[in-house]
Amino acid sequence: MFKNFAPEWEGFTPGRWSNTSVNVRDFIHRNYTPYDGDESFLTGPTQATAKLWEQVMELSRQEREAGGVLDMDTKVISTITSHGPGYLDKDLEQIVGLQTDKPFKRSLQPFGGIRMAQQACKEYGYEVDPQVVEIFTKYRKTHNQGVFDAYTPEMKLARHAAILTGLPDAYGRGRIIGDYRRIALYGVDMLIEDKEHQKSTHFVRMTSKNIRLREELSEQIGALRDLKALGAIYGFDISRPAKNAREAVQWLYFGYLAAVKEQNGAAMSLGRTSTFLDIYIQRDLERGILTEEAAQELIDHFIMKLRLVRFARTPEYNALFSGDPTWVTESIGGVSVDGQHMVTKNSFRYLNTLNNLGTAPEPNMTVLWSTKLPRNFKRFCAKMSIKSSSIQYENDDLMRVTHGDDYAIACCVSSMRVGKEMQFFGARANLAKCLLYAINGGVDERLGLQVGPKYRPVEGEYLDYDDVMQKYDDMMEWLAGLYVNTLNVIHYMHDKYSYERLQMALHDRDVKRYFATGIAGLSVVADSLSAIKYAKVRCVRKDVEIKNRAGEVVDVAKNVVVDYEVEGDFPKYGNDDDRVDEIAVSIVRTFMDKIRKHHTYRDGVPTMSILTITSNVVYGKKTGNTPDGRKQGVPLAPGANPMHGRDTHGAVASLSSVSKLPFRHAQDGISNTFSIVPDALGKSTQVFVGDLDLERMAQEALHEEED
Amino acid sequence: MALTGRIHSTESFGTVDGPGIRFVVFFQGCPMRCLYCHNPDTWAASGGTEMTADTLLTLFERKREFYRNGGITATGGEPMAQLAFLTELFTKAKQRGIHTCLDTSGICYDPGHPEQAAPLLAVTDLVMLDIKHIDDERHKALTGQSNARILAFARRLSEEGTALWIRHVIVPGWTDDEEALLRLGRFLGGLRTLKALDCLPYHTMGKSKYEELGIPYPLGNTEALSPEDAAAARNTILRGIRQRLREEAGG
Repeated sequence: MFKNFAPEWEGFTPGRWSNTSVNVRDFIHRNYTPYDGDESFLTGPTQATAKLWEQVMELSRQEREAGGVLDMDTKVISTITSHGPGYLDKDLEQIVGLQTDKPFKRSLQPFGGIRMAQQACKEYGYEVDPQVVEIFTKYRKTHNQGVFDAYTPEMKLARHAAILTGLPDAYGRGRIIGDYRRIALYGVDMLIEDKEHQKSTHFVRMTSKNIRLREELSEQIGALRDLKALGAIYGFDISRPAKNAREAVQWLYFGYLAAVKEQNGAAMSLGRTSTFLDIYIQRDLERGILTEEAAQELIDHFIMKLRLVRFARTPEYNALFSGDPTWVTESIGGVSVDGQHMVTKNSFRYLNTLNNLGTAPEPNMTVLWSTKLPRNFKRFCAKMSIKSSSIQYENDDLMRVTHGDDYAIACCVSSMRVGKEMQFFGARANLAKCLLYAINGGVDERLGLQVGPKYRPVEGEYLDYDDVMQKYDDMMEWLAGLYVNTLNVIHYMHDKYSYERLQMALHDRDVKRYFATGIAGLSVVADSLSAIKYAKVRCVRKDVEIKNRAGEVVDVAKNVVVDYEVEGDFPKYGNDDDRVDEIAVSIVRTFMDKIRKHHTYRDGVPTMSILTITSNVVYGKKTGNTPDGRKQGVPLAPGANPMHGRDTHGAVASLSSVSKLPFRHAQDGISNTFSIVPDALGKSTQVFVGDLDLERMAQEALHEEED
Repeated sequence: MALTGRIHSTESFGTVDGPGIRFVVFFQGCPMRCLYCHNPDTWAASGGTEMTADTLLTLFERKREFYRNGGITATGGEPMAQLAFLTELFTKAKQRGIHTCLDTSGICYDPGHPEQAAPLLAVTDLVMLDIKHIDDERHKALTGQSNARILAFARRLSEEGTALWIRHVIVPGWTDDEEALLRLGRFLGGLRTLKALDCLPYHTMGKSKYEELGIPYPLGNTEALSPEDAAAARNTILRGIRQRLREEAGG
């Protein structure tokens, strides 16, 4: 569709990317230079970098002292073009652009929900301008309002009881990665042209589906025009392709910046940019218009900007996510489908920012690990991990099979092909709590509420495995249906009232949508069922008053199980013991199959994650005593982890249990949080590698004086 | 009826018990009573779980992916106290192409019947030998046993061509005097298959186990040794090795 080979592309190998259609992957594979060497070429921070970073550190200090927030916008509603230019130090910055007009000033984003925005401000002593509040209560509906207009009482109850938790119904869903590389490669005008073409070639029979898509394409085009205006605010013409490395980084960053100006998403990930940008850097190095030091400076300044990203969030949100993460995940390395590794010098430069700027949790540097990565890169990763503890690793060999070689990670583990696949983020269902509901016929014993359907509860003193399993199956069936339908409401409303127009403008028209769900409490469930099967679990019962939502007692549930006494020992998940590991596998498969039965919004492809990295603590607080002997309030294990202290056969056995979980049924990711004391990873010195060479020592001994 | 061994426990992620990541089998029972032993729970010959070699190797096989650069390590307790079972375990391991490492004190080696150890050495890739003290009297005080068998075992490994790593725990006041370290080095310098020397600083992490087991902690308040002091001790031993090598090379 592109008429000419753009002058900015001079020196690049043409291909489908330049002749046919928007195709960043094709561009990368025809042009990137794999690097097998070591890190010795890397350079330290320039004076400008050091000075800017010092300024950032000073601002961070002020922010901490101010109680966590330095400044908040309370009046200007954040859009791509809402603010004038902002700088740290204009003369020193190679890469520019801030979310607002000042560094560390948090923007006002009420489209997800005005109350959330108000709470976030109030918490830090700010107040949203009354006029803005009025507009977003009286005249302009938010995502949050839309969701609650459509929720059923059952959905609200499940949410209240926290069997469905962390739902993105009051905040931005995130987890959508715009292909920000497209801006650098094509410039905004070509992308607009492409979108116009997509619109003009789409069905014109006006079904609600087609109307929605046409409206969205128009929104996307509007966002691209605004993006161009954002460039102009900072004095750049990004309508054309980037002509050198600095422009490529800058153009790409403008795309990301525009996204975080409009979306306060739960995870605003960057994509897979390092090898793409290396092509520009390499071209400039070869042309002699860039030095290695200057190249590193570009990357340092870019990463510095990513570290400045801030959102206005509420304390509840921060409790759920253990802090204030932005999940600016960048995927590095990996191997192509033809077996060539995709490590470039720029993969090293990205990791080198952990040297030049010091360690930081953001951006979330994620190495797509493969056994085929070059040895030097593996060594460098290991070295930087030891030094910074800031690198995340994910299994490229596993994900490449599903997503090819141009996917990236959103948030912590959600994989998607950049610009071609997106995700509807779905938080998670608490399967541990679901087990308790199965035992008690839908009664929430902690809250005194009939949350689930009033099925027949488990009777008798001791729990019977087959009986519990059957009832659990029924309760999961109910939960899966309710869960998917709740998410259908959420994503319908998010698209309607808080559409990610810029991020979606950087996608193909016909994207594959993953309908993500998640589960929490897997190891508690596996151990509980194992205890019921292999030990004896005695029920401790009492009568529980059932209240309505107003708190009035409406019924008394007799003999509700409120605690469990385990007699004898049982196999525990995390020890490579198939007796219990098979239970965990079967729960994952069963629940996923139940999810699959339901209609999903926009025909999303259902997936599931087992990845509560931080929120397991909050979920544990809301989950009563469980049949594995865990007491009320004790945190659930994170993700697919074994329960704390129950994996007693060492790390490999623990990992083996986790690795049995089928990726096919948990395609949105399986996480295992793993800490180990450094000494347990082997000898820190070289003393013990079996390299004492007696022959050489004998030779040397002959030539040296007695010491 | 298959031969069984008394096994205290297994560890699936051993990183300090031989090269690579290793599956570590802790044998139950030990005739030594080293004052600084940090596994007193493996002393009694009667405890543990009876397991066959096939059972243990099945546990290994299902995690084999992890052990590509490692293998299996027998430790304890004292593995050679269950010589027949240990030999069977390593024989079967070698049949499956698994690297075998024996972590031993050498105390069960009988120099009077050297043929007894021959089948084991034929299937052992590496021995990690823990020499507690080079001086026999001091060795007796430290472990309750003479070191004669241990030193004989070391010489035997050298003759057989079995790769050997030496481990030596540096205990303040017990094994850190220069004369003894030099002497140890001179002994080691005569071993042709020596491949590594690891000097471990004494630590007090075993103390709590003694309390659990109700055994008085024999080293009382002996303080843990710093890694720097252990490195210095290692250098002294290396000096002894060089002296010996020089003498032998010089005639």
